[in-house]
Amino acid sequence: MNATDLANQASATAERALALAAQARQMAEAAAPAIAHGAAAAEPFLLLLTIFLLACFVGYHVVWNVTPALHSPLMGVTNAISSVIVVGAILATGLGDSWAAKAFGFLAVTLASVNIFGGFMVTRRMLAMFKKKG
Amino acid sequence: MAHTLSTLAYLVASVLFILALRGLSHPETSRRGNLYGMVGMGLAIVATLAQPGMGGGGLALILAGIVLGGGIGTALANRIQMTALPQLVAAFHSLVGLAAVFVAAAAFYNPESFGIGVPGDIKAGSLVEMSLGLAIGAITFSGSLIAFAKLQALMSGAPITFRGQHWLNLALGILLLVLVIAFVATGSGVLFWVIALLALGLGFLLIIPIGGADMPVVVSMLNSYSGWAAAGIGFTVGNLLLIVTGALVGASGAILSYIMCKGMNRSIVNVLLGGFGSDPAAAQAAGGGGPARPVKAGSPEDAAYLMKNAGKIIIVPGYGMAVAQAQQVLREMADLLKKEGVEVSYAIHPVAGRMPGHMNVLLAEANVPYDEVHELEEINPEFAEADVAYVIGANDVTNPAAKTDKSSAIYGMPILDVERAKTVFFVKRGMSSGYAGVENELFFRDNTMMLFGDAKKVTQQIVQALQK
Repeated sequence: MNATDLANQASATAERALALAAQARQMAEAAAPAIAHGAAAAEPFLLLLTIFLLACFVGYHVVWNVTPALHSPLMGVTNAISSVIVVGAILATGLGDSWAAKAFGFLAVTLASVNIFGGFMVTRRMLAMFKKKG
Repeated sequence: MAHTLSTLAYLVASVLFILALRGLSHPETSRRGNLYGMVGMGLAIVATLAQPGMGGGGLALILAGIVLGGGIGTALANRIQMTALPQLVAAFHSLVGLAAVFVAAAAFYNPESFGIGVPGDIKAGSLVEMSLGLAIGAITFSGSLIAFAKLQALMSGAPITFRGQHWLNLALGILLLVLVIAFVATGSGVLFWVIALLALGLGFLLIIPIGGADMPVVVSMLNSYSGWAAAGIGFTVGNLLLIVTGALVGASGAILSYIMCKGMNRSIVNVLLGGFGSDPAAAQAAGGGGPARPVKAGSPEDAAYLMKNAGKIIIVPGYGMAVAQAQQVLREMADLLKKEGVEVSYAIHPVAGRMPGHMNVLLAEANVPYDEVHELEEINPEFAEADVAYVIGANDVTNPAAKTDKSSAIYGMPILDVERAKTVFFVKRGMSSGYAGVENELFFRDNTMMLFGDAKKVTQQIVQALQK
């Protein structure tokens, strides 16, 4: 094998590499918008899902420490705070511009409010009864 | 800017809710915990009302709803009798479910409010989340209504079962799934309401086969569902606070369900499939079916005399105490005994009553200090040193068959070891077996004395005898 052959081979390889690189670039350019689009669509949901799962763990650890004697008040409090759904109801009533949205929103606000006030109040009543000896 | 502020407020509210749950780890900190919850909720509402675009007729409508609902809620909470607490909680759960259905409907008809599209063209992802929130909400609503009806004795607490029930539920569940897929594909308003109706029916069917004494599991489970419904709506409208809070509540309810199931040594599936102890023939067989065996029945005066001279007494309350409203007079009895120098404490089984922690609240209502009330693991070793175990309105949770009889329906269930006490009193209306349909061997032992009658009346007679 002489030097000329080697040089020719090298240049051919280099040319092939160049062509490959150009092809890769072309592909990358074509894919970029699709990837960016996909990420934008998936990201908010993934973010929400992450937060949701983390909150499940927090809930698990916090509630595990609740003393059994307070299981009823625990239900009272969780019932009250699950009515945080009122936030969605308020948005629907306040920002909605169809009568249907406003009507459903109003009903939801009212029902959730029964729960919020009822849940916290009944828990307060329960907790006020728990007294120590003496 | 306004958006950043409201997001921050939601974050603070989430933290406050976590602190609220944390506060419940001890009675000392629990009241502060409840306060944290209220502040968090107030903050969330104010932050939402302060969003741009909020005002005019919409705002008036919102405030009217809050005042109306708040008034009803406050009145209910202040008037309810503590013995009726389980049905109140069940009713409250149903409201969260229905509110979730309505918010889903509002989001469907007016998606612009939440930035998820325009009517008729809502993002597919949002439709999935919406239908989940809707279905879970509807199941929570109708399931809680049935639980309420059973607890309030509007319908029989006995399990309602029929042939093919579980297959029907399975079929409905699959149909629901198919409808959700079709709804996401078409965005049809008709399908939205068909899903709602089907989920309502499913919630109804899921709860009717579950019997009265399994209600602690049902109530916890519906508590959990109400959280998942809120989280589902949170995903639909892209609100972090709803998602976090829904997850907290969902996890909390799931843990409670688990603890309740463990307290009965049954799997959640076993409880949900229901029909426990509903077969009268099997119950009879388990009871031996032989000739009636002799039991020792005593008078309240005998019991008073024995207890006055005892050194240590452990009281075991059950659902019967709640039904008879005997907690107040029970505490009077304990006070009189304490004056005589008797050491009195209370033992609570995890599933006593109709909701988690039911007995603790009733005893607290009667001014029993919480440090005299003990959990099963804590107090079981002490029964051996007790002179008297006073079992009032409880049965299955004391049955030693749970430890010895492998064929028994309650085998493996942790029980309170009342049999180790020198004398056991059972305050009962009759000789009927407990919820599980299993006869209690303890009734026939030499050191057991039955005090037949209403829990409140019997305890009252003991109090009178002690006062003499």
